[in-house]
Amino acid sequence: MADKRINDLFITGDQTYATIDQSVGRLVLDPKAHTTNWFKWLVVGVMGTGLMMFSIAWLLFQGTGIWGNNVPAAWGFDIVNFVWWIGIGHAGTLISAILLLLRQQWRNSINRFSEAMTIFAVMCAGLFPLLHTGRPWNDFWLFPYPNILGMWPQFRSPLLWDVFAVSTYFSVSLVFWFVGLIPDFANLRDRSTNKYGKLAFALLALGWRGSNQHWHRYEQMYYLLAGLSAPLVLSVHSIVSFDFAISIVPGWNVTVFPPYFVAGAVFAGFAMVIIWAIPLRKYYKLEHLITNRHLDWMAKITLATGLIVCYGYFLEVFFQWYSGNPYEFRLLTNTRFSGMYAKFYWALIVCNGIIPQIFWWNKARTNVWSLMIVSIAVSIGMWLERFVIIPMSLTSNYLPSSNKPYYPSFWDFGMFAGTLGFFTMLMILFIRFLPMINIFEVKDLLYKFQGKKEYVEGQLPVEMN
Amino acid sequence: MDKTPELNKELALRKMRAELEGKRGQLYWQSLEEVSQTPEFEKWFEDEFPNRKDLLTIDRRTLLKFAGASLALAGLTGCRGVFLPEEKVIPFVKAPEEMVPGKALFYASAVTLAGYATGVLVEQHEGRPIKLEGNPDHPASMGALGSISQAEVLNFYDPDRAQNVTDKNGIATWEEFQKALKSQMESRVATGGKGVSVLFGAITSPSMGDLVQRFKKKFPAAKIYSWEPSGRASVTAAVKAVTGKAGVPVYDFSTAKVVVTLDGDFLSNSDNPGALIYARQFSKARRVTGKTGEMNRMYAIEANSGLVGAMADHRYMVKPSEVYSAACGLANALGVTAPAGTLNGALKKDIASIVKDLKANVGQSVVIAGEHQPAEVHTLAFMINNALGNVGKTVKFVASPEASADYGTLEDLTKELSTGLVDILYISNSNPVYTAPADLKFAAMLAKAKVKIHLTGTPDETSEKCDWTLPMAHTLEAWGDARSFEGTATIMQPIIAPLFDGRSEMEVFSNLLGESRGGYDILRSHWQVNGMGGADFEKNWRTSVHNGTIANTASAALAMSTVSATLPPVSAPSSGLEAAFIPDSAVYDGRFGNNGWLQELPRPLTKVVWDNVVTLSPADAAELKVKTDEMVKVTTAVGEIEGIVYVLNGQAKGSVTMNLGYGRTSGGTLATVGISNGGDQGGGFSSYKIRTSKTPAFTAITAITSLNTEQHLASTQGHSPLGGSRIPDKRDVIRVGTLEAYLKEGAEALKIGQSPDKEEIEKGNLYPEEVFEWDGDQWGMTIDMNACTGCGACITACQAENNISVVGKEQVGKGREMHWIRLDRYYTGSDENPEVVWQPVACVHCEKAPCEPVCPVAATIHSHEGLNQMVYNRCVGTRYCSNNCPYKVRRFNYLNWTDNQEQFTKKTVPINTRVIPGPIREPKSEGIQLLKLLNNPDVTVRSRGVMEKCTYCVQRISEARIEAKKAGKPIADGDVITACQQSCPSQAIVFGNIANKNSMVSKMRTDPRSYLLLEELQTRPRTSHLAKLKNPNPEIKSAMTEEAHS
Repeated sequence: MADKRINDLFITGDQTYATIDQSVGRLVLDPKAHTTNWFKWLVVGVMGTGLMMFSIAWLLFQGTGIWGNNVPAAWGFDIVNFVWWIGIGHAGTLISAILLLLRQQWRNSINRFSEAMTIFAVMCAGLFPLLHTGRPWNDFWLFPYPNILGMWPQFRSPLLWDVFAVSTYFSVSLVFWFVGLIPDFANLRDRSTNKYGKLAFALLALGWRGSNQHWHRYEQMYYLLAGLSAPLVLSVHSIVSFDFAISIVPGWNVTVFPPYFVAGAVFAGFAMVIIWAIPLRKYYKLEHLITNRHLDWMAKITLATGLIVCYGYFLEVFFQWYSGNPYEFRLLTNTRFSGMYAKFYWALIVCNGIIPQIFWWNKARTNVWSLMIVSIAVSIGMWLERFVIIPMSLTSNYLPSSNKPYYPSFWDFGMFAGTLGFFTMLMILFIRFLPMINIFEVKDLLYKFQGKKEYVEGQLPVEMN
Repeated sequence: MDKTPELNKELALRKMRAELEGKRGQLYWQSLEEVSQTPEFEKWFEDEFPNRKDLLTIDRRTLLKFAGASLALAGLTGCRGVFLPEEKVIPFVKAPEEMVPGKALFYASAVTLAGYATGVLVEQHEGRPIKLEGNPDHPASMGALGSISQAEVLNFYDPDRAQNVTDKNGIATWEEFQKALKSQMESRVATGGKGVSVLFGAITSPSMGDLVQRFKKKFPAAKIYSWEPSGRASVTAAVKAVTGKAGVPVYDFSTAKVVVTLDGDFLSNSDNPGALIYARQFSKARRVTGKTGEMNRMYAIEANSGLVGAMADHRYMVKPSEVYSAACGLANALGVTAPAGTLNGALKKDIASIVKDLKANVGQSVVIAGEHQPAEVHTLAFMINNALGNVGKTVKFVASPEASADYGTLEDLTKELSTGLVDILYISNSNPVYTAPADLKFAAMLAKAKVKIHLTGTPDETSEKCDWTLPMAHTLEAWGDARSFEGTATIMQPIIAPLFDGRSEMEVFSNLLGESRGGYDILRSHWQVNGMGGADFEKNWRTSVHNGTIANTASAALAMSTVSATLPPVSAPSSGLEAAFIPDSAVYDGRFGNNGWLQELPRPLTKVVWDNVVTLSPADAAELKVKTDEMVKVTTAVGEIEGIVYVLNGQAKGSVTMNLGYGRTSGGTLATVGISNGGDQGGGFSSYKIRTSKTPAFTAITAITSLNTEQHLASTQGHSPLGGSRIPDKRDVIRVGTLEAYLKEGAEALKIGQSPDKEEIEKGNLYPEEVFEWDGDQWGMTIDMNACTGCGACITACQAENNISVVGKEQVGKGREMHWIRLDRYYTGSDENPEVVWQPVACVHCEKAPCEPVCPVAATIHSHEGLNQMVYNRCVGTRYCSNNCPYKVRRFNYLNWTDNQEQFTKKTVPINTRVIPGPIREPKSEGIQLLKLLNNPDVTVRSRGVMEKCTYCVQRISEARIEAKKAGKPIADGDVITACQQSCPSQAIVFGNIANKNSMVSKMRTDPRSYLLLEELQTRPRTSHLAKLKNPNPEIKSAMTEEAHS
């Protein structure tokens, strides 16, 4: 760890509480902190959102048939996108909840915007299961609400578990995020000079005065919520994986799916955090708070989870051969290793299996370009993984006569691009109106560092090692 | 209104005359007042209740009187029946006064294809015909019905049907037509009808034949012609050559132990009018029950790939022009006098064994030539049959049922037209402008006729070139009669009053005779004199109409008088490719082009829908360097076409089959879908453009050149890089083996795949208890793959019964066809000449259905009688059930298929013709309303966004249950017959109660050949399949069957 090239701390430069207030708070309070570039990205996001709204409107008007889904591939881009977006969200929850419980305070400068990403990603994800049904106006039938028919949902179906998992995940994440924002809202309320801004932050701060009692209550609640969120990191994607693992579809009925899906989600999530962190810290001059060391450590987690995912790929291949199940083996050899869709499988292996391996080198973990390229590759790779699992498996059937190809339509891409735009719009609005870095937690981190001799000497704090 | 001042009257009339001057056509006026535009009229016209004074002054008693009277009148209309002229129609089961809402009535009638009748029972709900089923008493049906015949009911509701009489100026009336015709015909009585020509399709109607005879008498100089694009002229000529009289052969496959076919497809409805019966007899002769039974053996010599080749035990491929040579070779080997023929390849090697087999079964074999093959092949086949002692036993000759057998041909008509002496040409129910062989240049010749009249069901290519277009009544709405393939006549009764302004062929033709008679009169007067006469006429009439057949009307048998006819020499074999023309198995010669059910019926071997294709053998395709979906230009001596290639395994090398019936330029929205929407929606090409009148079955191809473009075909199986036509890695999907091995080694010999044995499965089962212990009916089905001929009648039957939507080529191409039952076609053996196994698959109603636990809203559940039910109302459409179904039999309504089908709503563009007066038909959205009348009221019409699948015809089960309850009896075996089962000509499908150990279905289910599809998944299907058997000649090495087991 003594390598000089990455000898870069979690807070660099001559920082005080005031400079932190300034460098983060400024982005919310000072409109001039955002140039036309911010506005350009907002336009991109709004256009994407428009595409999404239009795709949804057309979908509701015409029906699911505007997509490329068919029989046998009754699920296609819709569920691929759903699983991908849900996965993206996982990094946020892991960073904010699990790392908090593990006292990994370096997370303090990245947790806020990763949590925001979680919420926005789950919002994007949630659209797909809601809209992929043939009659979306009847979706509420999936909720166990009392009715005079005495008609309940069918509790054996993994789709129903999904409803509970995703709705719980969204609500817990939202509450957790909001609670974490309260002290910062108070900070901004105090510092805001704009009448309306002050009013808004005052309302959001819920009367926070920073008293000891407040902090005590806050810490209690925050840790409790973290305790609630932590299992969700594991459970949500496990349950999502049950959508497939419970079935008898070759390529879906795999016991390794739950851990493999969770690792994949964290993998994709961290890649997405890196993708956002690099331009944000550069553009808003936050390199002193999101340091190369942060990127380095995130890259390490990406590498580690990537290896778990690769192990999953290996296990899939192994069991498809070892089980002696001809349907599984056929899927492996003729749909994944060769055949019309094989390029996607191999692209997945390259993106998720091979490219992230450059993170074994220190240089690759601190170079923003290599980080960016690998993260984009991982995002694409994880999307491809879901594509390989969902529609590709469905095109290879027990009865060969049912083998039919799946081709996405314009509207499939429209929905996907639309949600990317929607996500971008929400993130762009987020960095304008909410503190993208947790001000008080970074101050906390700074306080801890200031008490350390090592910090003064430019060395790593011991407990951080 | 009577207030118009007297003084002004004269003035007003003058003004009126001036107003009316020069007005005609659609500017109708209601009264003189309207024309004169008097203020009184304006006031009266603007008044919302013009007669309110009278209403207000009405007293209570009068009002009550009126009320009573209207009630009584309402009752009276009920007595007469809106749809049925009650004094004429005799219901099959019950009289109309017993019509109960919600209860179907069945009427016997018949539908015709190229003139030949198939007896049907028309299912009628509240006056609407909704389904056609085979008439068990009819000799051409015996209860079964092919796809084409079943789809006639959709034709009936076709919104594109001719709805009005039209002349050059637009919509006209029948009266105008009759007046115009009368003036023309009356002036020609003196000249004996010189300059009058009449063109029919094939006519088997005895009454119509009568009318024509009378016409000939009245107008001896008039000419009568008949044209069928795939008619039986060569068969009739051949029978004439051996019997001296125009006739047709009738076969009996039930006693034939060896069958040799010389091209052609006697199992296919589109090829042979007796196909349903032949399929029944043929499959019966192959039926093996338990471990006993005998099977016939079939050798197929084929140029096109058909159902016969797929069923054959040995299949030999020759070019279409070399069938004659091969037939001669067979004759030579059998010692029948014939020109020297040549046998090639496998046929040459095996001929001795075939001959031995034939000779060992004297009087118990059939040698049958394809309908479209030239007369000499048929003649030779008859001679061979005679030599084998089959004539009089398995092969009989009867007088031709066609009254039109001795009419002039289309060539004759073209010659006549070219002289320019045809003043009046009356074309009745034929579309020669589209179907005429290219070398006749018929369209150009037609222009030379002075007055052209066209009677047609749907305005088509010929209508566009004619002066008068007359709407023809559909079979279901007019009186008629027709003969079946063996001559038995049927009275076809109308089931419903004409939807539009149509009249029947007979009614309109009687106008040419100067008469104006109803079809009912014409029929009765014919049958009173011919066959039903005497004191008992009324009784006989009623019995005949009721039964759907007229007793003792089968054609007279003909004796074979010439045992050795002179035959033309065998021409030298050609080296190049040959185009073969056969009627399409669904749209036939093109006349069903506007029928969605048929357009979307997967063609048996290619599984292509909505298109015809240039069928190439794999070897030829490799030589030409073209592949499936590639556009090619096919050039022959008379023309060229551009079509899409389909490389078909088992297509004879050198033979390029191009089905007739596509490339329509007029004839309805669906028929011309290729023109209005481009190839994306289908449409195909017209093979008539390269067909010649000399050899209509085949012609030499001068070149096939690739156009280097692709046009994707829509096919329901095997048309993608994912394969799907072969069973990989020893999967236990199909079971097939030889009869010999089966009898010797038992059912194990039929397994070509591997599956864990039943005991092992049960050991691994955590829940080994019986799933269904409910004491009652337990429904199940068996499908005998040994009997299935692959004709697809079940698909159309299911579609008609269950209101299944037609989705169009684009959607089928996306993999969204809606058929609840599909006919999987698997190959074993080489690509060049594979064996085919048919496997019909519908929902197998698993006892432990994987679809059920994954539905989040419990929309698919199990009934206590073992049905896997789909609750459409509850379905949200997550489609998880479909994903988890290992049989992939669930179908999803991705769009609103019922009435939001954009691809079907585009208007037909009239091409290079005079302006058709506006869109005569109503807009298509209205047309969809019309199609709604076709829906079976017992089956829910599914909306967009819900899943659907085979229900085991639960509505039929319910009906049987209600009837049984009313009778206080349990449901007997055979009370419930599913739609697919009913239509199946080979009786491959059996349905019933598997809890009853004595039921037919239980017996079939416990047959050693019975197996459960994908049993290793422990889904416990209620449908079991019975393995297919082949009966190859032990002397001939059947590489295909052996490979399947290697």
